[in-house]
Amino acid sequence: MLTGVLTPSAGTVSVCGLAPVPQRTRLALRIGVVFGQRSQLWWDLPLRESFGLLRHIYRVPAAEHAARLRRCVGLLELDGFLDTPVRQLSLGQRMRGELTAALLHGPEVLFLDEPTIGLDVVSKQAVRSFLAELGATGAVTLVLTTHDLADIERLCRRLVVIDHGRVVHDGSIEALHSRYGSRRRLVADLDSPLPSGFTVEGATLVALEADGHRASFDLLTDAAGPVVARLAALSSLRDLSLVEPDIEDVVARLYAS
Amino acid sequence: MAELRAYVALLGGQWRSLLSYRASFVVEAITNIGGSALDVVAVLVIFRATPTMAGFTLPEAILMVSLSSCAFNLADFVVGNIERLKTYVRTGMMDSVLVRPLRALPQLVVMDLPLRKALRLLLAVGVLMVALRVNAIDWTPARVALAVVVPLAGGLFFGSIFVLSACLAFWWVDSGEVGNAFTYGGRDFTAYPVPVYAGWFRRIFAYGLGFGFVSYQPALALLGHADPLGLPGWTGFASPLVALVAVGVAAAVWRSGIRYYRSTGS
Repeated sequence: MLTGVLTPSAGTVSVCGLAPVPQRTRLALRIGVVFGQRSQLWWDLPLRESFGLLRHIYRVPAAEHAARLRRCVGLLELDGFLDTPVRQLSLGQRMRGELTAALLHGPEVLFLDEPTIGLDVVSKQAVRSFLAELGATGAVTLVLTTHDLADIERLCRRLVVIDHGRVVHDGSIEALHSRYGSRRRLVADLDSPLPSGFTVEGATLVALEADGHRASFDLLTDAAGPVVARLAALSSLRDLSLVEPDIEDVVARLYAS
Repeated sequence: MAELRAYVALLGGQWRSLLSYRASFVVEAITNIGGSALDVVAVLVIFRATPTMAGFTLPEAILMVSLSSCAFNLADFVVGNIERLKTYVRTGMMDSVLVRPLRALPQLVVMDLPLRKALRLLLAVGVLMVALRVNAIDWTPARVALAVVVPLAGGLFFGSIFVLSACLAFWWVDSGEVGNAFTYGGRDFTAYPVPVYAGWFRRIFAYGLGFGFVSYQPALALLGHADPLGLPGWTGFASPLVALVAVGVAAAVWRSGIRYYRSTGS
């Protein structure tokens, strides 16, 4: 809907001050789109030629095109397969090609639909750090739809959660955590079992395992120090770990509610 | 102008894609000729059994089938692949096309132009040339113009039918072969003089949908032959108008189809 492919059944959309559907071709010059499961590239042509065709489609001056292409080739390490037909590329290579294709006309907004879906770990990392860098330059606004929550944690400052067409959250990840009461969790392995009825200020005991030798607490505040000190006073600590809240849990809870 | 260059570039891309499968391109181009010759051969076969068909002689019938074949092959060459629209919708190519700064229909047409069908079109034009020679046509300037315009108008008409039947895919992704009844069915209908058909079938196809104006009425006008069904002679000259109406309808339906388009999720 934001790119002008679909017509909204109700309401209005505005992107770069344009209405996506009626002004589709004008808007297309100002946005870039990467579909995780659809391709902008020519299956039977090498990447280099696909990029050349896109230059004509978007009417980009040759010098600008060459400069942007050089930058993307450098950052995404496309050198090794620029002349391989797209059909012979791996998914990770193709996705790096797709990213380049979407950026060659210098869009103001880059829409990414599941950009890391199905990628191997290395390509996923490469794509994420490229996008993080791109976002940090401030030249392009990134709009990402994804079910991969690691993408979100790494890339997004603002997060909108949509459930059955309704916005159920709009704000930062931190805001989401505090709103849905996600807590950091402290897991302590103790030398002697935790006495029953033990309480500590600033944390609640949520689980006791291994005959009381392993205790898990949800931290109610940012400070883990006092809780650790209390535990250390009680028994010598064998091990200690702090688990950051998992956004997947939060989102799962959000959809369940 | 810049837009035109973009389409030329796209066409170049399509050509280079083809070159990566050279051998199969040559084989397909040659086997494709067979399909075009077949409708003319069918008419020849019928005339082995009968001296006239609905009162028309062999050369007259050949003129009709060659007009039909020119029109159909022209349309099939240019926009025939739009019948793959349901594939474009299913594979997401439609989405890719819609996020580019060009119009969707020309992009789809150019990106999938079936160059292998070019020979077929040439053959159809050749048969038409022969048909125009073997009939004793009383050439007037109006008839010369008509002979040039009719295959083009027929091409536009069939092109519109192709687009219309492809549009089914917007509302009904799994539209199967329904559209073919009108495209290939229309080709077969126009290959023979309209009087061989009867009743409601003739009324709907020939006059309701306008297929009678692709080859039959213009052929009568070229030959100076009165219509045994009683339509006046000028109707042969109406085929460009009928084609324009068809183009208008097809454009409107295509546009509302794009508006209705729901993609296929991801």
